[in-house]
Parts: sequence; structure tokens; C-alpha cells
Amino acid sequence: MNWLDPREELAHRLGLASTPAVHFTSPAEVRERLAAQDYLSDDTIASATFLADRLAKPVLIEGPAGTGKTSLARAVADATGARLVRLQCYEGLDESKALYEWNYRKQLLRIQAGRGEGDGAEEWERLEGDIFSGDFLLTRPLLEAITAEEPIVLLIDEVDRVELETEALLLEILSEYQVSIPELGTVRARQIPLVFLTSNSTRELSEALKRRCLYLYVGYPDVARERDIIEARVPGVRTALAQQIAEVVRSLRQLDLKKAPSVSETLDWARTLVVLGREEIGIEDAVATLSVLLKYQSDIERATTALRERPPSSA
Amino acid sequence: MLDLLAGFIGELRATGLPVSLSEHMDAARALELIDLGDRDQVRATLAATLVKRSDHLAAFYQAFDVFFAVRPGARDTSDPPAESAPGAAGESGVGGGGGEGMSAEELHDLLYRALRDDNRAQLRSGARAAVERYAGMEPGRPVGGTYYLYRTLRYLELDELERRLVEGQPGRGDLAWRLARDEARSRIAQLKQEVERAIRERLVDDRGAEALARSLRRPLPEDVDVMHANRDELAALERALRPLSRKLATRLARRRRRRRRGPVDLRTTVRQSLSTGGVPLELRFRPPRPAKPEIFVVADVSGSVASFARFTLHLVHAISSQFSRVRSFVFVDGLDEVTSYFEGVDDPADAVRRINSEADVVAFDGHSDYGHALTVFRDRYLDEITRRTTVLILGDARNNYHLARADVLADVRARARHVYWLNPEPAGYWNSGDSIISEYAGHCDAVVECRTLRQLERFVGDLGT
Repeated sequence: MNWLDPREELAHRLGLASTPAVHFTSPAEVRERLAAQDYLSDDTIASATFLADRLAKPVLIEGPAGTGKTSLARAVADATGARLVRLQCYEGLDESKALYEWNYRKQLLRIQAGRGEGDGAEEWERLEGDIFSGDFLLTRPLLEAITAEEPIVLLIDEVDRVELETEALLLEILSEYQVSIPELGTVRARQIPLVFLTSNSTRELSEALKRRCLYLYVGYPDVARERDIIEARVPGVRTALAQQIAEVVRSLRQLDLKKAPSVSETLDWARTLVVLGREEIGIEDAVATLSVLLKYQSDIERATTALRERPPSSA
Repeated sequence: MLDLLAGFIGELRATGLPVSLSEHMDAARALELIDLGDRDQVRATLAATLVKRSDHLAAFYQAFDVFFAVRPGARDTSDPPAESAPGAAGESGVGGGGGEGMSAEELHDLLYRALRDDNRAQLRSGARAAVERYAGMEPGRPVGGTYYLYRTLRYLELDELERRLVEGQPGRGDLAWRLARDEARSRIAQLKQEVERAIRERLVDDRGAEALARSLRRPLPEDVDVMHANRDELAALERALRPLSRKLATRLARRRRRRRRGPVDLRTTVRQSLSTGGVPLELRFRPPRPAKPEIFVVADVSGSVASFARFTLHLVHAISSQFSRVRSFVFVDGLDEVTSYFEGVDDPADAVRRINSEADVVAFDGHSDYGHALTVFRDRYLDEITRRTTVLILGDARNNYHLARADVLADVRARARHVYWLNPEPAGYWNSGDSIISEYAGHCDAVVECRTLRQLERFVGDLGT
């Protein structure tokens, strides 16, 4: 057995009968198959996804809002035919919402229903074994992801929203692909899920979490890629218009705005222009529809001034 | 390859990136899985495994370019495919590393065409030729190449190139000029990158990767000394500050909310217990009483600490939403309250500009006088300081040999909850020359050295507890 292969090693540790097949054979294949799902990646995205698969490690995706962090996980799930299990993080998320919870009410009912059968001590022993079994367990996304038999893409969205202490909940599943439940023992994964974590970096994640993950920074795409994204995602848009939209958006991102337009806002804008039947953007169209791209009044004013700028000689 | 990787990781660690052993192992494993001939893939792979923070990426890419620069031997093999790329047709006679036979006009024209057609391969060879011709590189000098870059770019007349590019674009409606200009700028930025890269390649040939990496080493954004930052670094710092202040704000808010649970809320607990047959399985608590700390910031804005003060005022503005009251004061030898300048302002830079031009901070000669400024502060505002007030004083305590009046600070401390002093000078310089920090230190809860973003972050984080 080749111990250098991380997937085989993990499969052995999890006690799987055979090593699950890899999803991708090269970063180039990742790009192609994501492109088939209308998700246009670049070198870094493709490499990170490829490595996540081959090294069996989670990927931590950071970057500004609306650059396709969550859609990457969705596209990978579609491309590999896996089921997407999503855990949306929020402040106050705890074990019982993320991992598992004992179904108290059902347990109580079971106890009450069982009252009066046989004598005390013996009954209690049987009962105890009974109420702490899988039947009384409510699985939450993380446990669901590893107990599933079919291929899974696990998306842990906006992980920066949970408290630093709650992050620790994730560590076991991220590094060992298992969950320890005190009453039941350790539940090991039945396959190797692809795990994506996204973060808007509103706070620094702990070193322990980062060490267990590959890191991927998804920034704004360059003009050519953004044009391709627009063409892929907006039906009925012409290449020339897509190019122009991408260029305008690039110019806007270079301004010092409070909130730069994201890719999803660019797509909204492109759809707006297509609905309006524009083949080309004139300055007035652009200014009139800026509110789709920009969400602050001061940004809109600043952008309007900048777009109306004329060459110094002809001014 | 493994040795090269180890050397590369050594360089990253020397720059300050925390690369752990397990990350090193991940990188080594990952390299076995990919095509080592593809430089971009290697780069993306190492970035994914070794870097864990977006603001460290720039340092990583720089180190990568030095360590994995295209060597002269490899250059000839790497160029031909690029050279034969579509669009390069008709440019025969311009070899990979060459261009020696060209005149200055020919070279400029070649670069112009490469930029116009967005032909990366041609741009690269043009940049190499330009470096050859203009940089005037002297072998063996331990420099980082900034001067070579400056010289080459000066001869290339980038403004002229930009103008030609903009004019060469066909017009497409009234937005065209603006878009063409931005496009031209981004292409010229590419040219700059190529020139930089060509210079780096030659420096690596000359002195080897490790020596060059050492002279190129820059502190990470959070370690830049605020007092000595250059303009670019300051701009980078201000950019870094925006997310930082948001981070701090969320952290402070969270900590305050979570810190203590209030008393048991009997009503809710009992009501909750009805669904479990009257057995109170879960205790309910009342939310804690919110603490409402007040912060008074007193900042020296004299010339000697101007960049630090500016930077701190940005931060003050950012955290002001998290505290019920933040009041800011600036002084040189007089003192003025500037809280109102921050109110309703979106961009702290505007507020800083207004403060610099409008605030009345000079009483006599425009040299810092801590004694006088503190006296004014006590006389005017002492009554408003309460047990909930934290006073932050920002300054280097270089008093130009005026009277210290440390007793004034003692009065302030007697009323306030805490008095902290943030000093932007290295601790080693304290109390040398006209610095009299030790006289004030006795009347502060702590005097903190605060030269970098990292130190500032730690201080503000602790403040919230």
C-alpha cells in the first residue's frame, strides 16, 4: 500500500473497505467540468479544488462578498454529482444545531410509555441502552454529511460568523472526518466528503482551523474572465456588450468606493441591460442603472462623476 | 525539489509568514500530484497549502517569483511556444532574450504594438530588451532593483505610451474614453510587471535567489512601523485598517454580549419547562446589563507623530460605533475637541483633512507642549470625566523641554476609570532627549509601545475586556 497517498491513508483510518475514487484527475479537468456547470474558474480555484479532492483536505475560501465562494461549492457538487449539504453559520450556532442533538421529547415519551413494565433496575438498564441509540438522535448537517452513503459536498458557509470557541466543534470533522458522541462512541465518515468553508473575513479564524484547511482567496476576476462569466450566466447577451460591462465594472472597482460591485451585482446589471434591450452602454444608460451595481448613495454619486469624466484636451 | 521547497519555506518564515510543519508536509504532498513543469500550477498549489491569510499573498508571490524565477538556461526553452502564439506573426527577428539589434524607436514601437494587441509573450521579450538597454545593471551590487526599475521606466515614457494607446482605441460611444484609459492603464501595469520581472530574473542570475530574496524582504502589512512607513505603505495600512476596525468592532461587541449571563429568569424557565412535563431541563437567563464604556482619545498631531495620529484617528472613528461615547481631542501645544468632525462622516479621511485645517491646536509656536495641552484638557473637560471613562493619550511625549505638569495627569487619573498612553516610538528611545514619558508613566495604568498595526490591534482588543 502506498502510504504517501493521503486518500488511501484516510480511507484506512476511517476503516473503509476501499479508497473512494478521486473526482478529478488534473486541475485542467476541474476547470472544464466546472465550466460545464457555467462556473468559470481560474488557475488558483482549479488547483485548490483539485488538491482538496486529492489530499482529502477541506478548503477555506476567503474573499469579498459576491465573488462566487458559495457558488463554487454548488458547482463542484453539480459537477461531481454529489449531494450538497450546507451548514449556514451564525452567531450562537452550537453543537445541537451543527452536529447532533438528542431528541429529548421523544426520549421522555419513551420513558413514560415504558413505565410499569418489569421491575426497576432491570428496566432502567434496558431503557438507557434504548434511549441513547440512533433512533433518538437528530442529525444536524455535519453529522448528516459524514453518515451519508452517497458522495457529499459539505459547505460550511460564513464560518467567520461563529464564535472562536464554536470553531473547535469543526476541528474533529475537518481533520479526521469523524464525530465523537459521548453516549454512542465515534461516528466515522462512510465516504470522503469534499468540504468547503467560506469566510468574509470579518474576523481572524483560529490557527487550528486554518492549519487543517487549504486556503483559497477568491478576488474579483479580471476583465476577460468577468466577460466570460457574464456570457455564460446571462442568456442573450452579446460579447461586445459583455466586454463593455466588464470594463465599466473594472473602472468602478478602481474607484475608492465603500462597497465595490461584486460579480453577482455585475450579473444583475447585465441582466438589466439585456432586459432594456441595450446592445451598447451609453453614459446615460450607465448612470441611470448604477443603482443595480452600487448600494450606497455616496458611491453612486462618486461613480457618476467618474464616468462622466472627459479627456483633458477636449473638455 | 524538496530542498528547493525547504529553502523557499525558510524564506517565507524569515519574511514573517507562519508556516507550520504540517503545512510544509501538505505542500510536499501536493507537489507530487501536479505537473511540475507548469509554473502557474506550482504557484497556485504552493499558495493553497502555505498561505493562510489574504494579506500575506503579496509577500508570497514576491518570494515565489524570486525563488522560482525562470533561469537563463530555461528561458530559451520556455519562450518558443509563446513566441509562436497567434499574434506574434510578423514580429520575426525578435528573439527570446534578445532585441539587441533594435533601435530605441523600434523597441518603443514593439512595446506599443505588444500592448495594443495585448500580446503577453511579445511584451515579455520587449521588457527584457528594455531592461538590457536602459537599466544599466551592474553585477554584484546588493540591491533590490528598485533603482533599475525606475531607470528603465523613465526611458520608456509610459505616459506617452498610455496616450498613444488611448488614441489608438476605436471610439464606442461616450463612455469610450474613460474605458480606454483604464484599459491602457491596466496594460501598462502589465508592462511594469514584466519589466520588474525581467530585472528580477537578471538579479537572480547575478546573485542567486536567496541573496536577492533577503534584500527584497519587506515587513508584512501588520508589522510595518507606522512612523516610518512610506506613502505606499501608509495607503496599504489604511486599506488594511478598514477590515481590521470592523473585525475589532465585531469582536468587542461579541465579547461584551457574551461575557456574563444575567441572573436566572424564573418565569421563562418555568414556562419552558411545561413542554417537558414540568421538568426544567434548560435554565433561562436574563440578558446581562450592557456595559457602556466611554472613551476619551487625546492625540498629539504635531509634525513628529503626524502619520501615527492620522492613522489612530481613523481607528477611533471606526470603533466609535461600538462605544456609547467616544470623544476625540487633538493637540500640539493647544488643545481642541474634534468629536463633531467625525459625526455623520462616511470617510474618516475627510474628517482627518478637516481636523488638520480647522482644529485650533496651536497656542504658541506649534511645537508640542504636553504640559500646556494637558492643563487645557483638565481645565475644560475634567468635570465630564467619570468612573466609566477610559482616557487614551497618543503621543511620543517629546515635550521640547517644556514643563511636564505630570500632576495634571494625576488629577485626570483620579477621576477616570483608566488612563492609557500609546507611544509610537520604539521603547528603546523612550526617555532619551526631550522624551519625558517616564514622568507621565507613573500616572497611567499602562504605557504601551504601539508602532505597528499588530500592536494596535492587540491593544484595542484588550481594551474591550
